[in-house]
Order: sequence, then C-alpha cells, then structure tokens
Amino acid sequence: MIISQESLQLLLNGLGTTILIALTAGVGSIVVGTLVTAARVSPIPILRRAAFAYAQFFINVPLLALLILAVFALPAAGIILPLVPTVIIVLTVYEAAYVAEALRSGVNTVAKGEVEAARALGLSMVQSLRYVIVPQSFRSVVQPIGNVMIALAMNTALAAVVGVLELTSRVNSVNLVHAQPILFYTSAGLVYMAIALVIGVTTGVVERKVAIVR
Amino acid sequence: MSFMYDEPGPRGRRNIRIASALSFVALAGLVALALWQFGSHGQLDPAIWAPFTSWPIWQYLLVGLMGTLQVAAIVAVLGSILGVFLALGRNGRNRPVRWLCTAYIEIARTVPVLLLIYLMLFGLPQLGINVPVIWKLTIPLVFSNSAVFAEIFRAGIKSLPKGQSEAALSLGMSGTLTMFLVVLPQAIRNVAPSLLSQFVSLLKDTTLGYIVAFTELLYRGQLLTSYLHDLIPTYIVITLIYLVVSGSLTALASRLQKRPRRKVAPLSGPGMNPVAEQPVVAAR
Repeated sequence: MIISQESLQLLLNGLGTTILIALTAGVGSIVVGTLVTAARVSPIPILRRAAFAYAQFFINVPLLALLILAVFALPAAGIILPLVPTVIIVLTVYEAAYVAEALRSGVNTVAKGEVEAARALGLSMVQSLRYVIVPQSFRSVVQPIGNVMIALAMNTALAAVVGVLELTSRVNSVNLVHAQPILFYTSAGLVYMAIALVIGVTTGVVERKVAIVR
Repeated sequence: MSFMYDEPGPRGRRNIRIASALSFVALAGLVALALWQFGSHGQLDPAIWAPFTSWPIWQYLLVGLMGTLQVAAIVAVLGSILGVFLALGRNGRNRPVRWLCTAYIEIARTVPVLLLIYLMLFGLPQLGINVPVIWKLTIPLVFSNSAVFAEIFRAGIKSLPKGQSEAALSLGMSGTLTMFLVVLPQAIRNVAPSLLSQFVSLLKDTTLGYIVAFTELLYRGQLLTSYLHDLIPTYIVITLIYLVVSGSLTALASRLQKRPRRKVAPLSGPGMNPVAEQPVVAAR
C-alpha cells in the first residue's frame, strides 16, 4: 500500500490545521472560562447573572448549529471573518462555558473554613482570591479541564463540516482517491487518540506538580 | 458564593453599585451593538422573521425535532444498555474481558464521531457495506456514547459504600443478583444528574444528522433556508429550539443534584459533576 507524496502532504497539512485550531481555542477557552468564572463568583449581581446565562447558553446549544450559524449565516449581517479564525472563535466561546463549569465546581470544593480563615487573618477579597481560593480551585480542576481540552480536540473535527480543511476532511478526500477506508480512517482515529493521550499525559503531569499533599 | 466575602460595608456597597452600573452599561452596549449590526443589514426586518409566525413552517421544524428526539432516544437506550455491560466488564474479574472493555472505552472516547460518520458514509460503501441512513447516524453515536455511559456507571458503582454489596452477598444473593438488584439501582440514582447531562450532550450530537441527511432539526433547518433564503432567522430559531429542549433537561439535572437523597446509601467517594464536558467524545 503506497500512498502518494501529495496525499501525505495533504494529510499532514490537515493535521497541522487541527492542532492549530485545538491549541488556540484551548488557550482561549481557558482564558475566557476563567473570566466567566470570576464574574460568576463576583459580588456584582448583574455580572453573576450574565455569567450564568453565558454558561447555560453554550452548554445547551449544539456546537454544529453554532458553527453553521457563524460561518454561513452571520455574513448576511455583515459579520465576515476568514474561515479558520471564525471556527477558532466559535470553539473558544463554546468550550469556555465548559471550562467555566469545571472551574466553578473547583471553587465550590474550596472549604468554607479556608475562606473564613483568610478573612479572619485580614486578607482582602483580592488577596484571599489570589492566595487561597484560586490556587486551591485550580489544583482540583486540572483533571476536569484536561477532559474539556480532550473534548475540544475532538470537536475540531466538526470544522470539516463548514469547510475547514483539517485532518478529518483531508482523510475523507484522500480516501476518495485511494479507496482504502479501513486503513485511512483507522490511522486518523489513532492520530486523534494520540492527541487525546498527549493532553491526558500533560494533565497528569500538571496535576502531580500542583497536587496538594495533605 | 456569598461565603467568599463579608457583608459589604457602606463603601463596599457603593463600589458594588458603581461596578453594577458600569457592567450594565457595558452589557447593554454589547446588545445594542449587536442589534445595530443586525438592523443595519436588514436582519431585524419583520418580513424575514414573518415565516416563523406561521404554523406550516413550525410544523416542518417540529417534524425535524421529532427526528432529533427519536435518534436521541435510540442512542440513549442502546448506549446505556451497552454502557452497563461495558462498566461491569471493566470492573469484572475476567482479565481478557476487562482488557477488551477498557480498550473499547478508551478508543471510543477519543475518536471524533464525525470521523466515524464519514467512515459510514464514504468509507464502508466502498467495501460494499451500506446501512439505512438512520443507522449511519446512530451507530457512531452509540459507539461513542456507550463508552461515556460506561464511565458514568463505573463512577456510580464506585461511589456506593462497600457495605451494600457485602450485605446483599451475606444474605445469600448471587453476585449477579447483587449487582442488578442492589448495586446498580442505587448507583444509577446517584449518577442521575451526570446521566441527564450526558443525555443533553447526545441530544446535541444528533445535529450530525445534518451531514448524513437524516431528517432531524438542524437538517430540516438547512432545507428550510434553501426555501426561505433567510439564514439568520432560521438558524437563530433552530438554536433557540435546542436551547429550550436541552435547557429543560439541564434544569432537571440540577434539580436532581440539589434534591436531598432518600432511600439511597450515602455517597462516598468524589462528588459527581453535573455538567461534565461530554460532547461528541468525552473523557471524564
């Protein structure tokens, strides 16, 4: 079974696009998700409600519908961006909701006594966040956030539907030429599994680094 | 979250008021900007939204919603049944079975469903294997969701105190009977919120019917746009329908989360997270 040079090139390009989308959207969603969580636990009622609404909206709406809306419909409202950035933005705001949910459950795991102790020591709101709440909640959510990142990496495949030439769509087109479905789809599956494995191992390493030894 | 800060004093209250006002202005500004953007391109024109006040259009979409719910139900039932057996296999004593179930779960959770759907659509027909269109959608979904269900069930079984199964065994129940009459019912009740949020996520995954041309909501929406030529209203309405349907499930999940547990042995082990990211393939 020989695969032509150009087909291989196409597949590698597709993999590059997949990794690019996953990395940028991954970093972006962690940043946006952290901001949403901050709003969610802030003392400002309107921000709390807005953050709640944000998370609920994206958790209950299908990613594919959002991608199609952003790529095919929004240009009619004069909102036009290149394809890949559009997909990255949609993935970022979508996964940010899941990051926010994971972080919030992390904030909830911080024992009430910890916060009370911080306050009793006279730490200000910002200080108790900076030295007590945030470090502890981040540590307890490394694993859940790793799972969100794995899901995000898998979700990049949906970009194929709106015309991004990433790994899944490239595999599809190369298979139409070579007609070796089992080989191509299995290999692509293995590549995705490897991506998930890398994220999983990284998560494990980070978790061991920041684990709280009690 | 009120435990995070003291009752604010006069200055704190003033700061909160100022911050609230500023946030309100910022959010209102965003909404106004969006409306202006839509309005200036004629997207707020009542004429293009008019179709959605007529019953035939809604009927057309509701048929799609029926398809969505039908696929979701099939995947939920088959996926849970398969998930239970995978969970038991992975927890079991038989080494080859355990190894096989573990491999299946780990593979199914880390392969995009879209890839499997393309395999069903374009790959297998090349080998002369062809199945009806509904199965091109449901088989990949069952494949990936069963693995997630298995992990949820395993977490539920692990969360149950050992004493439950020990008590059943000491009453002379067989291992199988203990599992199905004592352990599983309680385990499932304990992870009900996670199961529901997984159901939401598989409901969202049914949108992949758009690719296999199966009559579900998103595909119907696409057909509708080729007839109405108004993409924005159509896709916004579709998105809102999904929001209502899965939002009610999510609300139910959080209600269950808050409900005091009765008639169930107390939880041990880590708490279950009601909304775990479980899209197409999820890892917990």
